[in-house]
Amino acid sequence: MELQTLTLLVVGATFLLYIGIAVWARASTTGEFYVAGKGIHPVANGMATAADWMSAASFISMAGLIAFNGYDASVYLMGWTGGYVLLALLLAPYLRKFGKFTVPEFIGERFYSQTARIVAVICLIVASITYVIGQMKGVGVAFGRFLEVDFEVGVLVGMGIVFIYAVLGGMKGITYTQIAQYVVLIFAYTVPAVFISFQLTGNPIPQLGLGSTINDGSGLHMLQKLDQVLVDIGFANYTAMKGTTLNMILLTLSLMIGTAGLPHVIVRFFTVPKVKDARASAGWALVFIAILYTTAPAVGAMAMYNLIKTVQPGQLGTPTTNLKYDERPSWFKNWEKTGLLKFEDKNGDGRIQYYNDKNKAFAEKATGYGWKGNEMAKVDRDIMVLANPEIAKLPNWVIALVAAGGLAAALSTAAGLLLAISSSISHDLLKGVFRPDISEKQELAAGRIAMGGAILVAGYFGMNPPGFAAQVVALAFGLAASSLFPALMMGIFNKRIGNTAAVAGMLSGLIFTLVYIFVYKGWFFIPGTNNLPNNAANWVMGIQPESIGAVGAMLNFAVAMVVSRVTPPPPEHIQHLVEDIRVPRGAGGASGH
Amino acid sequence: MQPKGTAAEYWKANLRLLGISLAIWFAVSYVFGIMLVDVLNKFHLGGYPLGFWFAQQGSIYVFVILIFVYAKNMDKLDRKFDVHED
Repeated sequence: MELQTLTLLVVGATFLLYIGIAVWARASTTGEFYVAGKGIHPVANGMATAADWMSAASFISMAGLIAFNGYDASVYLMGWTGGYVLLALLLAPYLRKFGKFTVPEFIGERFYSQTARIVAVICLIVASITYVIGQMKGVGVAFGRFLEVDFEVGVLVGMGIVFIYAVLGGMKGITYTQIAQYVVLIFAYTVPAVFISFQLTGNPIPQLGLGSTINDGSGLHMLQKLDQVLVDIGFANYTAMKGTTLNMILLTLSLMIGTAGLPHVIVRFFTVPKVKDARASAGWALVFIAILYTTAPAVGAMAMYNLIKTVQPGQLGTPTTNLKYDERPSWFKNWEKTGLLKFEDKNGDGRIQYYNDKNKAFAEKATGYGWKGNEMAKVDRDIMVLANPEIAKLPNWVIALVAAGGLAAALSTAAGLLLAISSSISHDLLKGVFRPDISEKQELAAGRIAMGGAILVAGYFGMNPPGFAAQVVALAFGLAASSLFPALMMGIFNKRIGNTAAVAGMLSGLIFTLVYIFVYKGWFFIPGTNNLPNNAANWVMGIQPESIGAVGAMLNFAVAMVVSRVTPPPPEHIQHLVEDIRVPRGAGGASGH
Repeated sequence: MQPKGTAAEYWKANLRLLGISLAIWFAVSYVFGIMLVDVLNKFHLGGYPLGFWFAQQGSIYVFVILIFVYAKNMDKLDRKFDVHED
């Protein structure tokens, strides 16, 4: 069967499954809409959390960044998994004991202040919208390729589907759907990885294949060979650090505490029956996440190797061994249609040369070969995972499966985030602050309108993204890290922090981080409005915008600590509340009051 | 039967456990995966340079184990101080 038809069939079938489940389990009360009652088993909850968590950034984008950045992309691997340790140890059990629906609700009550609650809502919306933008970019890439349309049209299609999907069901529908999505996405991710690992190394387990010998007769290890192939065409060693240690540490930290501070992940832990389960649930979520995250390094490395071998199959510098443009494989042509892959025949020889023309020493050598610059004018990092099975010449059904998996990842996360946004607007702002007398029905309606608005905003920026999907998502994490995580952690671990201190901390963390990002990435991400060029020479102390969230979080802690010294301590009943959430006994179900 | 401790003692025991767990969390990612990566890369685990392995594989395995070990130890602590649920 033709690839496009097959893809549409597989994607269509999985969508019917998700929507079927969403309709079947449709939420009828506000409690179910937000947190699915309280009867979800830790393993099931862990699996749903994993689907919720692993987004277009993890599925589509991350291995592409690993492929092109090698060791430096480890920050994403460690950052997005290490955050679960913080979540399980520092937040989940206590927030479960507290037993409310939303993160702003906790902050509002713990810091006995409507202002704190509103500030938390703002932090939540800013971080979540940025995150949804990253998803939209991923959805656009996937739809663009498989409908063989322009990337922008792909984003539009994605917006429509996310809207129908998220508005239909609340958390209850989403929890069951997300279990289905997890199964689809992990299957789709690991199957091609197993095939490719087996092709290249003879070991079907990708985690082991990456550490094995490549079976091209060279006797070299996979990673050694990749290092060699990259250095041969002027790039840096795959396994060596290219950035700075400081940036790596800060970005990892920022992703970790951002993970622990993201509202749509935290809210998951409100849905388990007991405090004990909240701890285990985070562990299970990480087990399911780790399956993909330990596979990704192999996917990235092997995709890079296969890409180079496709373009440069023979001896380097022998003019006839570069791939002829007219003989390029069909995946190359299809990706060209999306505008995400571009070839430019600079030396007019009708062949494709891919090398690092910014490496002076190698560029000179290349001139000797008659090359006039790198001719892969654009290779969007976000296409690597989707193109990977085609590059490795795997059967069409595997390729179709990967498309379905990528869309499952993007949709599940977008839906979870939109739910967090809508609940914070309808439940925290409208019902909690401005119009406490509205009915459940009106609250649900307001939530759905908020979702629609958020999709429009995210769709616009999805078309004009400030970076690759994983980088946009990294910015969202920086924002969550600098604003919400410190407030939540201090709320539990420091009885001395009062309302003024918490609000001052959150605002200084959020504003500092936002301003630093906007100065380099453009105000409100609008292209061309940045004050300084986004490169290492202009960054303060060489800190890239993606990494600044960690500094913002430290500022948040510091400001809150200082302010708490000069303001009165929280009233006695709040101190008792903190003592109460520290012990598991007496936890009821999540409630709205 | 263990003697029943106070809430303050329970919290202190929890903080000690947290401290140990976070030290391991920090060591496998920031220390082995980033700061000491060049030193560790002189050693190999199969075809993986060791520092690279910690950054892209090992740290993740340790994180998973760490959460379950913490959860198990906290269960014990909950019972010891008689603050467990049901």
